[in-house]
Amino acid sequence: MISLFGIFLLTLLVIVAIAIVHTRNLFAAVMLTSIFSLLMAANFFILDAADVALTEAAVGAGVTMVIFLSALALTAEREKRRTYTRSAGLIVVGVTAITLIYATFDKPPLGDPDAPVHQHVAPYYIEKTPEFMGFPNVVTAVLASFRGYDTLGEVFVVFTACIGVLFILDARRGVGSMYGRRGRGLHHHHIPQNVGRLLVPLIVLFGLYVQFHGEYSAGGGFQAGAIIATGIILYGLIEGENAALAAIPRPALLFLMVGGASLYGLVGVVCMLLGGHFLDYSVLAENPVTGRQIGVIAIELGVGMTVCGALLSIFHAFAARKHS
Amino acid sequence: MTFNEHLPALQVIVPLLSAPIVILLTPRGLAWAAAAASTLFSLFIAIALAMTTVTGTALTYDLGGWEAPYGITLSIDAFSSLLLLIVTGAGAVAIIAGKASIDVQIETHRQPLFYSAWLLALAGLIGMVISADAFNIFVFMEISSLASYILIAGGPDRRALPATFKYLITGTIGATFYLIGVGLIYMLTGTLNLADMEARISEVTSLNPLLAAAGFITIGLALKAAVFPLHVWLPNAYTHAPHMVTAFLAACGTKVAIYVLLRFNFFVFQANLPEHAVQFAFFLMPLALLGTVIASAVAMFEGHLKRLLAFSSVAQMGYVLIGASLLNASGLMASVIHLFNHAMAKAALFLAVASLAIRFRDLRVDELAGAARTMPWTCAAFVVGGLSLVGIPGTAGFISKWLLILSVMDHGHFGILLVAIIVLTSLMAVYYVWRVVEKLYFAAPRLSNVRVNEAPLTLLVATWIVALGNVAFGLYPELPLTLASHAAETLMEHPR
Repeated sequence: MISLFGIFLLTLLVIVAIAIVHTRNLFAAVMLTSIFSLLMAANFFILDAADVALTEAAVGAGVTMVIFLSALALTAEREKRRTYTRSAGLIVVGVTAITLIYATFDKPPLGDPDAPVHQHVAPYYIEKTPEFMGFPNVVTAVLASFRGYDTLGEVFVVFTACIGVLFILDARRGVGSMYGRRGRGLHHHHIPQNVGRLLVPLIVLFGLYVQFHGEYSAGGGFQAGAIIATGIILYGLIEGENAALAAIPRPALLFLMVGGASLYGLVGVVCMLLGGHFLDYSVLAENPVTGRQIGVIAIELGVGMTVCGALLSIFHAFAARKHS
Repeated sequence: MTFNEHLPALQVIVPLLSAPIVILLTPRGLAWAAAAASTLFSLFIAIALAMTTVTGTALTYDLGGWEAPYGITLSIDAFSSLLLLIVTGAGAVAIIAGKASIDVQIETHRQPLFYSAWLLALAGLIGMVISADAFNIFVFMEISSLASYILIAGGPDRRALPATFKYLITGTIGATFYLIGVGLIYMLTGTLNLADMEARISEVTSLNPLLAAAGFITIGLALKAAVFPLHVWLPNAYTHAPHMVTAFLAACGTKVAIYVLLRFNFFVFQANLPEHAVQFAFFLMPLALLGTVIASAVAMFEGHLKRLLAFSSVAQMGYVLIGASLLNASGLMASVIHLFNHAMAKAALFLAVASLAIRFRDLRVDELAGAARTMPWTCAAFVVGGLSLVGIPGTAGFISKWLLILSVMDHGHFGILLVAIIVLTSLMAVYYVWRVVEKLYFAAPRLSNVRVNEAPLTLLVATWIVALGNVAFGLYPELPLTLASHAAETLMEHPR
């Protein structure tokens, strides 16, 4: 049943992907990208990767679409007539696809318990997480502790991306707003406005739940940051960008972004000062398990702050650009 | 734990964690000071680490206290040390010397973001070099790539934006290919640690996915390393980037990708894939030869100074790959030391270019006519860098070319062909360097250029430090030679 559903979703995925490449209408392409992400999230979910599904849904289907649309508002809605042929690209894509398919011939079957990925480090993580961490979510344990250095890197990837947008769009120079001078939002559309107003607090609350319940259920800083950012962007869309800026002004966004990344790094440095390795949270308290829990909660907070701050900064940077 | 034991971790976290702080330092000059201090500190750490690795020992550091393969490990051997010296050295010289140039090219209010991106690029490249974990290398590759796009897009010319976009698309494809390859290996082995991968791949029976993985990883990194014919993003990116960014990235950007390429191919695949050595050599050798010849030829007729040097970079990376695809210790040693020596030569040249650019608006070779009369020191430094690039005895460039020629000599008739190509392309380099030098020294200055004067002192001093470094490492090459020979040994230890 699951595999049937998987095949259905993957078929839809292929159709949507072809449609994205084919369409000339950029607005449609953005919408299709969003649908693509939603299908992808569903795929992750039926593969039991709830944490990844949550991220993909919040970032891929939510925030990315808004950012794409913001970028689209600065340019044209339709692609220019192509002056080049796409056969070279098609050949590269074809060769890549054939190679990938060739590579999967020897792939262990889906869900095979004897597959190498289930035999080597994974059993260690599953077995040791309750003992070392004292909480059940293995994904959080791997992400925040066993491979915490990767996650630090990922936080800085988000941070770098945001710096890039701010640097290139030069947000401080933009004075106008794409939603009109005062950013009226959707005041003349009553239904989206009223439904949206109801949803915003729920979304933010859900984000906070995902943030602080990450050790016990699916979720964590990345997902929470993205969900909260989505909620506030929705607020910005219905009440006007300036209202969103009044709620969380630019300096606060900068503080979230810088503070989150620094908090993560600082936790690592404190571990070094207390005599452990970088990011070895066990030295943070008398009892190593408590220490690791403190460390995981602190760095997850850092992740959430940076992701939320960065996504909102990117949104505002686009929104502040004058339509040219 | 002592401070020294933490050095591997500090090497990456010092620039990484100073990046967020720098964007808050809005008062004029403060962001630069902090970024320069952080970069300089990284250089000192790299030197301290090299003092240990030069004896042939390797350092490891378990992040989070989790040992491999459960956690992520940093590992620093002689090869990584040499790359760390290149990356931090280029970063430090360019940022300390480059304040005058950056002040001209980047508006003051955007500078904190720019310096933050600078530190992130530095930290990303360092992270790629010292990581012993295939996925972690990808994470830091993302940081360094994104930061490089930002730095290049900072170019004052609007053409910097399409150049960046082209680089972004190619770079993303490269990174994705690398990730696909790592994913396939993970599917087969269940591990991400490079050493563990090497051990576990030998037990893998299904070789098809492994072969595909080797292909994806090699091509992905070749895109990042601008191996001919995948170099198309490089000339425009280098040409339109701010001059100091060009000096920094031209010295180390592509070299880190080559480093990862060599480590992956020699550590992980060589020992485990039958015939991999032959496939690797047959894939890279023709590309390397074509690349050196064609890119040198393009450089001979290129009118823009920065683009000329960019094509020369593509050609010079060809030498590195020739050495590597010989698959013996002497060839690898030549190619590793050429990474270092080429970085020295290109840093000197691009710093001289940045000095010229402060006084000359237009960097087309014809526009620079007679510059030596008004900027004698800058032009003399350019000549020294150029000599090293060509490989004149007494400069660093000579050492690596000499070792490369000695190494290819052992290959019979094919070796003679290789020698011929190396000599031919060196003559081509003589031609394109001479073409610039001739203009600088012997052409009559344009009327509009009569009144220019010498470059700012800091920039000039830094340019000369690097230029003299080319001579110093040409006369006393012990340190890089020892590191390179250890590196070649470790690379060759792995194949069966």
